[in-house]
Parts: sequence; structure tokens; C-alpha cells
Amino acid sequence: MLANYGLIGLFFIVVVLFSLSMVIIPIILRLLKIVPSHPNPIKNSIFECGVETIGKTWVQFNFRYYFYALIFLALDVLVVFLYPWAVQLRELGLTSLIVVFILVFIVLIGYIYAWKKKVLEWK
Amino acid sequence: MGLAITFWIMAVVAVVAALSVVFQRNVFRAALALILCFITVAGIYITLSADFLAAVQILVYVGAISVLIILAIMMTKEVQKGNLANKMEIPAAVVGTVLLIILVFTVTATSWNIAAESPLSPTTAPLATKLFSENGFILPVEIGAVLLLAAIIGAIVITREK
Repeated sequence: MLANYGLIGLFFIVVVLFSLSMVIIPIILRLLKIVPSHPNPIKNSIFECGVETIGKTWVQFNFRYYFYALIFLALDVLVVFLYPWAVQLRELGLTSLIVVFILVFIVLIGYIYAWKKKVLEWK
Repeated sequence: MGLAITFWIMAVVAVVAALSVVFQRNVFRAALALILCFITVAGIYITLSADFLAAVQILVYVGAISVLIILAIMMTKEVQKGNLANKMEIPAAVVGTVLLIILVFTVTATSWNIAAESPLSPTTAPLATKLFSENGFILPVEIGAVLLLAAIIGAIVITREK
């Protein structure tokens, strides 16, 4: 059981080593004078990350985004209930299916309420 | 042996990440350090054979709570100035110290009874049987759903613009 998680741990170690090496390799190549260092504004621009922002980058975002995050959080907590049920689905049988239907229905009422109150629309 | 090494790596990373949450001036970096702290706590849960709790930790804390925190940072005014000290500095220090003393006292003064039975492994399937089988905790599960419903409606009522 824990050996399976050991594989995940190994994966994390590989991830850390890979991302570190991606940063370190160019630095080493520059120190070894293999890569020439001729910086200019175009070369240093953040072209992979989209267009450079006009004005301040740290702007205050609309409060309405937070509502979607809250709604998502409720769905996420619902998944906490669904996940063990999905793991044990075959053994639990029909009764648990009805239980889960009632569970999802109760939470769905909240989303129907949100829909009817038109809070999911962007004005 | 391997388990102890894993635990210590996780524990050290978690404490360093938690300290960097407090000491970082940049609020956004502090939030990212907090996410790292959440992930290492999930790792500690795995070493304690609480695999379902680890999955929930990843799902809810790393997946959703961190989104809420980052969105809250996006909505903060003048966030680039960072984590500035204000006039609540001294009360916060007092409350923090008192809380630390209480926690340390509780942890050291409690006699921790360790169960002789070895933990179930994996825990997800027995938990599902407890929650969803015919003589399981069906009613509490449905009440949990009602609590979620209350949370959704509360969020709608609070955030709706008039």
C-alpha cells in the first residue's frame, strides 16, 4: 500500500530535479561560455507569457469572480462524499446509489437556486 | 526507516513553508508557500496510513481553498505593496503567543493513547461502507448535503449585488 505512495514520492523527486535542472542547465552553459551572453530588450522580453501589460499588472479584480470560486468550493466538498462511494460502488449496490442521488439532488437545489436568481449571469 | 525519513522530510518542508507564509513580504508568494505546506501535510497523512484524508487534503485544500486565497489576493487593493504591518501588530502578537502557549501545553500535557490495532489500509473502501451501506451513516451524509446547500445559498445571498 505505502509502496504505491512511494512511487508518487519518487515522481515528486523527479519533478523537482527536472524543474531544477531546466533552470540550472542554461546557467552552467553560460558559465562554461558555450552560450554567448548578448542581452537585448527583445531577447529579454517575456514573449512566452503573452503581451506585456499596459499600466500596473497588479490590478484589483472584480469581486464577482469570488462567487464562482465559492460555488466551485461547494462542488469540491460534494466530491469528497462521491469519491469513497465511487471507489466502493460495486460492493455497495443499489441502496447507496439512491442515497447518492438524494445527496446530489439536495446540493443541486442550491445550483438551481443560483440559476433562477440569475447570479451565474455576467452583467 | 523509509517512513521516518519521509516523515522528517515532509515535516521540515511543512514547517519551512509555514514560516515562509508568515515572513514573506509578497502576499502572492506567501499563498504559494501555503499551498506547498498543504501538500506536505497531505504527505504526512499518507505516512500515517490516512490515505482518504490525504486525498481530501489535496482535493479541498490544494484544489479549492488555495483558489479562494489566490482570488482573495487578486481582489486586494494595492497588493503589490505586500504584507504591511499595521496598528494591530501588538494585539496580534499577544493573541498568537497565547495561542502557541495553549497549544504547546495541550500537546505536552495530554497523555496520547496509541491504539494497539494496526490501522486499516486502504481506508477509502471501509469508509465508504460505513457511510453508504444500509446500516451506515446515511442520515448524517444527507445532513452534510443540507449543510452544503446552506453554504451555497449563503454564498449567493451574501455576494449578490442589489
